[in-house]
Amino acid sequence: MTTDVFAETVVLSKRSLRHVLRSPDTIVTTALTPIAMLLLFVYVLGGAIHVGGGKYVDYLLPGVLLITIASGIAYTALRLFTDVSGGIFERFQSMPIARSAILWGHVATSVVANLVSVAVVVAVAVAMGFRSGAGVLAWLAVAGILVLVTLALTWLAVIPGLAAKSADGVSGFSYPLVFLPFISSAFVPTGGMPGPVRWFARHQPVTSIVDTIRNLLAAHPVGHDGWIAVAWCVGLLAVAYVLAMRTYRRKLA
Amino acid sequence: MTRTPAIEVVGLTKSFGDHQVLGGVDLRVPSGTIFALLGSNGAGKTTVVRILSTLLRADGGTAAVNGYDVATQPAKVRSSISLTGQFAAVDEVLTGRENLVLVAQLRHLTGPGGIADDLMERFELTDAGGRKVATYSGGMRRRLDIAMSLIGDPPVLFLDEPTTGLDPQSRLEVWATVQELAGEGTTVLLTTQYLDEAEQLAERIAILHEGRIIAEGTLAELKALFPPAKVEYVEKQPTLEEIFLSVVGHNGSDKVGTRR
Repeated sequence: MTTDVFAETVVLSKRSLRHVLRSPDTIVTTALTPIAMLLLFVYVLGGAIHVGGGKYVDYLLPGVLLITIASGIAYTALRLFTDVSGGIFERFQSMPIARSAILWGHVATSVVANLVSVAVVVAVAVAMGFRSGAGVLAWLAVAGILVLVTLALTWLAVIPGLAAKSADGVSGFSYPLVFLPFISSAFVPTGGMPGPVRWFARHQPVTSIVDTIRNLLAAHPVGHDGWIAVAWCVGLLAVAYVLAMRTYRRKLA
Repeated sequence: MTRTPAIEVVGLTKSFGDHQVLGGVDLRVPSGTIFALLGSNGAGKTTVVRILSTLLRADGGTAAVNGYDVATQPAKVRSSISLTGQFAAVDEVLTGRENLVLVAQLRHLTGPGGIADDLMERFELTDAGGRKVATYSGGMRRRLDIAMSLIGDPPVLFLDEPTTGLDPQSRLEVWATVQELAGEGTTVLLTTQYLDEAEQLAERIAILHEGRIIAEGTLAELKALFPPAKVEYVEKQPTLEEIFLSVVGHNGSDKVGTRR
């Protein structure tokens, strides 16, 4: 039974990965937009931003990686919505396959597609002069945090994917997620922000996640930020998973 | 063949909020027959099919498919059925062949490629097999949809309004496909709002109206419910459908028998 669920998830993941590869729009938005942002901030705005030692591209990269994931999961929601609003979702649900595999196929695709986008963005950053002194363990920790972020945001994306009434509603939910890194330490240090904005920036999840990744990549000590970042991710993942499964079950009322 | 009915429904009820959709439906579909559930829009046809295919829970009553209760043995029901829903349940981004392979893989069948090739030949989709389904006509989509539903030889097939929204030619194609299934022992529960469709395809017909079955039987039995036929002499005019089909050069009568 468990091997069946796994095999079915693999088959369904391959299917939705084909959707990704055959959609130029998905590839442009999820890989080229973050790259454009990287170019814009490093070569146009970066000269005016002072981050206190080090290259700006090193400072900027973690935030851009989060934006990459945030725009990537909008397409996860859209792919799920397309399945639900067409007939294929009901076909899958009426077939003798594990119902969890239907969602996990989308989730696995989301993780793979986002990690590929992230790898592409990192490669471009390297070409732009990004260098890291991080060892293998630190890189693994960075990858682990990015996978956690992707999983948490993907399960969050499953909710509108299942519940939305229109395609516009589906993509709308991701805008705040793409915007959130701007009010954090992702682009500029929080120190220069006015009081309430600074308070928000310092206490929202993006800052602790970005700071953790930045310190790991720079081979600096991570401190408490690491645990706060992991707690945010796991907490969000748990809440999103529970709500997504509840939405899924409600579809069968 | 055992004489267990393929589908047995007793006192099925379902409401959405205050709105009662099914008010106690009783239905018995013998194995190996084509059975039409006839009703206008909103009569509750799709709700019955969704309950029988375990996509929706009933409020009351019982329903069994292939001897398995839909509420307590949903997994066994799903192994016994295929659903072809109101909207063609095909993946538009994949090719026709990829769609068939996908279903064969999900059913854990060996040789999914060969299964796909056989079905494409049978449903006259071989030439289009390598094209994205998004480029298919309505009729081709439906044929692919039905082909996908046949993978794994499920004993019971649900066709929910298989020809709604199709042009007359595609409609005849789908009719021919369904009639072929009849000879193969598959039980087909078909819902339709078209009277001629039920008349053409089904051995038994049930009329669902406002959430209840108000008449059920063979076409001959249903006809017997009406006053005896009178003989009248009427000049026979071709229907617009016949004119359309002959003008566009499609000889539908070969496939679906002579129409009156």
